[in-house]
Amino acid sequence: MFNKDQQTIPVSKDHVEFLKKIKLTKIAIKTSQLSLFIFIFLFWEIAAINKWIDPFIMSQPTRIIKTIINLSKDGTLYLHTGVTIYETIVGFLSGTILGTLIAIILWWSDFTAKVLDPYLVVLNALPKTALGPIILVWIGGTTQSIIVMALLVSIVVTILNVYTGFIACDEDKIKLLKTFGATKFQILKKVILPANISNIISVLKINVGLSLVGVIVGEFLVSKSGLGYLIIYGGQVFKMDLVMTSVIILSAVAALLYLAVHWLERKIGNIK
Amino acid sequence: MKKIVEISNINLNYHTLQGETQAIKDLSLDIYNGEFISIVGPSGCGKSTLLSLISGILKPSSGTITINGNQVDGPSENVGYMLQKDHLFEWRTIMKNVVIGLEVKNKLNKSTLEFVERLLNEYGLGDFKDFHPHQLSGGMRQRAALIRTLATNPDILLLDEPFSALDYQTRLAISEEIWLIIKKEKKTAILVTHDISEAIAMADRVVVLTKRPGEIKSIHEIILTCNYKTPIKCREAPEFRVYFNEIWKELDIHV
Ligand SMILES: Nc1ncnc2c1ncn2[C@@H]1O[C@H](COP(=O)(O)OP(=O)(O)OP(=O)(O)O)[C@@H](O)[C@H]1O
Ligand SMILES: [Mg+2]
Repeated sequence: MFNKDQQTIPVSKDHVEFLKKIKLTKIAIKTSQLSLFIFIFLFWEIAAINKWIDPFIMSQPTRIIKTIINLSKDGTLYLHTGVTIYETIVGFLSGTILGTLIAIILWWSDFTAKVLDPYLVVLNALPKTALGPIILVWIGGTTQSIIVMALLVSIVVTILNVYTGFIACDEDKIKLLKTFGATKFQILKKVILPANISNIISVLKINVGLSLVGVIVGEFLVSKSGLGYLIIYGGQVFKMDLVMTSVIILSAVAALLYLAVHWLERKIGNIK
Repeated sequence: MKKIVEISNINLNYHTLQGETQAIKDLSLDIYNGEFISIVGPSGCGKSTLLSLISGILKPSSGTITINGNQVDGPSENVGYMLQKDHLFEWRTIMKNVVIGLEVKNKLNKSTLEFVERLLNEYGLGDFKDFHPHQLSGGMRQRAALIRTLATNPDILLLDEPFSALDYQTRLAISEEIWLIIKKEKKTAILVTHDISEAIAMADRVVVLTKRPGEIKSIHEIILTCNYKTPIKCREAPEFRVYFNEIWKELDIHV
């Protein structure tokens, strides 16, 4: 039965101790994470100052900060970061949506699914970045081809994961709707899709990382703008400060995008 | 009494790559309006298959089934199906769950909603309609599943081991409750169960099937001497044990 009394039970001393212990462990973990972060950068800085490493090749935190300030003064930092974020978001959203649509088609037609199965397996195993030069020639050195790269990297994984989730749906739930005379479209709308929302969100999570790979490789190839461009350019003219700065901003971008999807996941979880 | 379901000479074969499985063989049965039928039989003898045939989600390989004189061809308006598990959708509230049949049939309107509200209130789920399934006990969930079946107002209810996921006490209580609801709403019911006592306690007639392919082995008219017939009270009737022993012998269970 539904238990409304649970909260009113007085909390025992043991339980308070237990909660305290868990909280302390949590604080210890967070502190260690932060200390490790500070330690790495501090050590890097000290090593550079004392010439244990060559700051011209390895760069150094203060030089990175200086580079960030310089780059943000003329706005190039925002431009390139913005371009990369934009391409990634468009890439992984279209990859996820298109992939889900194709998964729906495969679910709808078992025949199509069986026909396409070997192609999907091969495409899945193929490193999609190998297709980069082809896309570049076909579409041209534009933002579009970078987005297509990002889409290609994520779409096959999406199709396979979402389709697997679709066909794993409880047969009896489908049978239940059939007893009411449900059409295939109703089964899709009322069981298959809602039962797979959390599955699709977790695919989204994978796709953020994958699309970022696609975007960076695309920017390497197209070499016009974006953090990938800054990295390759910095490498070519041997400006390691620029390379390191771009990589660090890229990490921040990756973390932010991941957190955004995580937030979305929590939000949808709450609605459920 | 009026015949509501007429099953005549049906056969059903399942075809798979491994071969052909004859699940039902030459089965005929008439069911009367307002009757409560229990079906018992060995595991895998075709009981669920028989219910699927009556509900219209499966077509017989040969033979015919009619409901109120009309031949069954596809899922029928008159039939409600209750499966072993409640299969309430976790992403829907209880209210949204019980109206799903109406939604599918495009019959969600003011009068059907009022009817569903009445059922929920009358059968103790009125305060829980905005809850999600995991917040309800097993018994309440099963009641919600029954209301979902009743919501489309079918004349015939097919119950495929609807209590087997519940613990024994809950099972006794909920089977009593559901029996009372079925009687009150004046439905015809066909119950598949593995529990011989449950079959006798709830039914007007118990149909015993043979091993696969399922054929009718015997039909027992249940007449018990108890003043006020409900499943739990009936169990005390002196004839109860006699029926139990007869059916037990016919099921011929070897372990
Ligand atoms: N979709 C199917 N394809 C092939 N064979 C099937 C299928 N469904 C059921 N069968 C077979 O048909 C026979 C009857 O199945 P059914 O589920 O009707 O039995 P049951 O009496 O309900 O069994 P249980 O007591 O285990 O619920 C079984 O031997 C089963 O293996
Ligand atoms: Mg069965």
